[in-house]
Amino acid sequence: MKSYLDHRTTVGSWLGTTDHKRIGLMFLVATAAMLLLGGAFAILLRLEHLTPGPTIMGAPAYNRVFTLHGVIMVWLFMIPSIPATFGNFLLPVMLGARDVAFPRLNLASFYIYLLGAAITLGGVVASGADTGWTFYVPYSSTTFTPVIPILIGVFILGWSTIITGINFIATTHTLRARNMGWMDIPLFVWAIYATSVIQVLATPVLGMTLLLVTMDHGFGWGFFDPAKGGDVVLFQHVFWFYSHPAVYIMILPAMGVVSEVICTFARKDPYSYVAIAASSVGIAFTGFLTWGHHMFTAGMSTLDAGIFGALSMFVAIFSAIKVFTWTGTLYRGQIQLRSPLAYVFTFLFLFVFGGMTGVAVATTSLDVHWHDTYFVVAHFHFIMVGGTLTTYLAALNYWWPKITGRLYPEKWAMVAAVLTFFGFFSTFFPQFLLGNGGMPRRYYDYAEQFQALHLISTGGSWILSAAFLVTIAYLGWSLVYGEKAGPNPWGSRSYEWFTSSPPPPHNFEETPEFRHRPYDYHERIGT
Amino acid sequence: MYEPALEEHFDDFARQRHAARFGMWIFLASELLLFAALFVLYFGYRAHYPQVFSEGVGHNARAIGTLNTCILLLGSIAVALAVNELRRSRTRSAVLLLAATTLAAIAFLILKGSEYAAHLQEGIRPGGQGHFFLEHQEPGWPIFFTLYFAMTGLHAIHVAVGGVLLGGMTWWVARRRVGAAGAYRVEMGALYWHLVDLIWVFLWAMFYLMGGHG
Repeated sequence: MKSYLDHRTTVGSWLGTTDHKRIGLMFLVATAAMLLLGGAFAILLRLEHLTPGPTIMGAPAYNRVFTLHGVIMVWLFMIPSIPATFGNFLLPVMLGARDVAFPRLNLASFYIYLLGAAITLGGVVASGADTGWTFYVPYSSTTFTPVIPILIGVFILGWSTIITGINFIATTHTLRARNMGWMDIPLFVWAIYATSVIQVLATPVLGMTLLLVTMDHGFGWGFFDPAKGGDVVLFQHVFWFYSHPAVYIMILPAMGVVSEVICTFARKDPYSYVAIAASSVGIAFTGFLTWGHHMFTAGMSTLDAGIFGALSMFVAIFSAIKVFTWTGTLYRGQIQLRSPLAYVFTFLFLFVFGGMTGVAVATTSLDVHWHDTYFVVAHFHFIMVGGTLTTYLAALNYWWPKITGRLYPEKWAMVAAVLTFFGFFSTFFPQFLLGNGGMPRRYYDYAEQFQALHLISTGGSWILSAAFLVTIAYLGWSLVYGEKAGPNPWGSRSYEWFTSSPPPPHNFEETPEFRHRPYDYHERIGT
Repeated sequence: MYEPALEEHFDDFARQRHAARFGMWIFLASELLLFAALFVLYFGYRAHYPQVFSEGVGHNARAIGTLNTCILLLGSIAVALAVNELRRSRTRSAVLLLAATTLAAIAFLILKGSEYAAHLQEGIRPGGQGHFFLEHQEPGWPIFFTLYFAMTGLHAIHVAVGGVLLGGMTWWVARRRVGAAGAYRVEMGALYWHLVDLIWVFLWAMFYLMGGHG
């Protein structure tokens, strides 16, 4: 029996494939490459902050490097990371479908991603912009650095995201296996579904906004130019209308991964399936109503600020529901501490930490003190990196046997997981203290009193890189020497484990009929 | 007669049709949000500069705008009927109706082009460039016309895409490449056209009706 990997092996069979698993795998390679590139820029930034004043680069270079780090990590890695890779690979399998609803569009979304990435990186090679990943006007529409290719590149990437989202929504609605009701679909699918709604409805607003900045910069149209009657704060409104929900594009799929990993390694059904599924949709919905909390200090009435602050805290309620439900799932479970679960524990710790500081910065009076300081940098790295990156690694470890058919050395995976935790924590925890002490974000230089904390932070970034190197090494090793995984190495009940690893071209040998729900661990296991 | 085949990842034709329609609706929702960003800008700036926006509307040709609204709406009726006819295998009338919609797109673009030409003549260009703005120096004038060009321009691009799409479908149906069972594919084009139409109805109100001198 041939798997999706070896039923056809020509280069053309990969480049022209409409198999969602191959497309997911190509996305995996592409996003992993972007992660390493964005990570390399991060290492350079931390190195620069080893000492006050110039260490390895000048101020203009620093501005570009932090912009490129942000642009690559946000637009090229985090947004597509889990949905386009694991979502693509797993969503149809988990629904018992043979493919996504529109396979050719799915392939197109990969090439649109490549085109967007090429144009964005072209801008990087042509010396790079210095606007930050947020492209705030009026600076972005007047800077002499070549910002246009990056704006156009991100605009194009947006269409890849939208197409992926349309595909996932249509697939979930129309291609579920027979007898599979909405309350039978795996929680990861719920998370990806909620994410897709945001992708489809928020991304076009961003795309249009970036296009307008392009016109301002390139042709002096002046949508946001005060000299022509434009309003710079209006840009922030439309930008964050997308970019705040974008945070949930990053975190919701992560939450899906957490639900799957916890149920599998605790051998239990979720404490409340409905609570986890509904809170995903709740976050997606509320996420559209919180953008104003990025602008408390940009001039906003007290009433508006209060409303946006309160709405932001709703997200914390939904998130807390999830955390309690996950913890409740672990309680009295038969816990097997494997590396994916270790990453999930890291996630829980960092997410609660980042989430609570999020409630703190959503409080208007506190935000005035912390706005534009390292406190905010630390907060969103705890959520976004601590959230997306740790679960991306959890997902990579958890589904690696399914995707490649090989097992990896668990010991080394644990080493990497532990290094990730300590590396991450020592990189970003000092940044809370730096920000609270008054260190502004995006500054090239700093006062000498901050050096000790910067030193710890830079040291942490090296530990984090070590974790990456270990991961690359053991996963590479497993491709060649790893044991055959078999269909279900973790003994999971979720549907993707009921087909062979790696799965056949159309996911299942026969049209599957799932006779149990995906987390029925109290029943005897057996197909 | 060629009919779309059942793709191998679908169990039956009903599901395939449902998926296509459903996907199209989601895409249209996405398109709507693309315009929404511009609508937010328009109303944000209108609140800033109510007087200028109201006067600005007077510089647009209300008659042509209204004529264009009629053209688009008639196109919408035609394409809706075309889908209906095709479902009943009345290919000839379907072809005629689709051709009518394609013509509507072309007529719209010609009229819109004539309006743009008149504006350029008047010295109105996007970004507050042109001699018109030497006489109209209050803040808000450049924004009004930049938004006018951007929003109607983006809409015109959509009309052009719709025209090409429906022109292609006319050809398709005329060559008997698609019949009753494939009518849902023509329906995709119709849905797209209705969206283009719907957005124009709002643009018509915003740039031709809300203000001016009458």
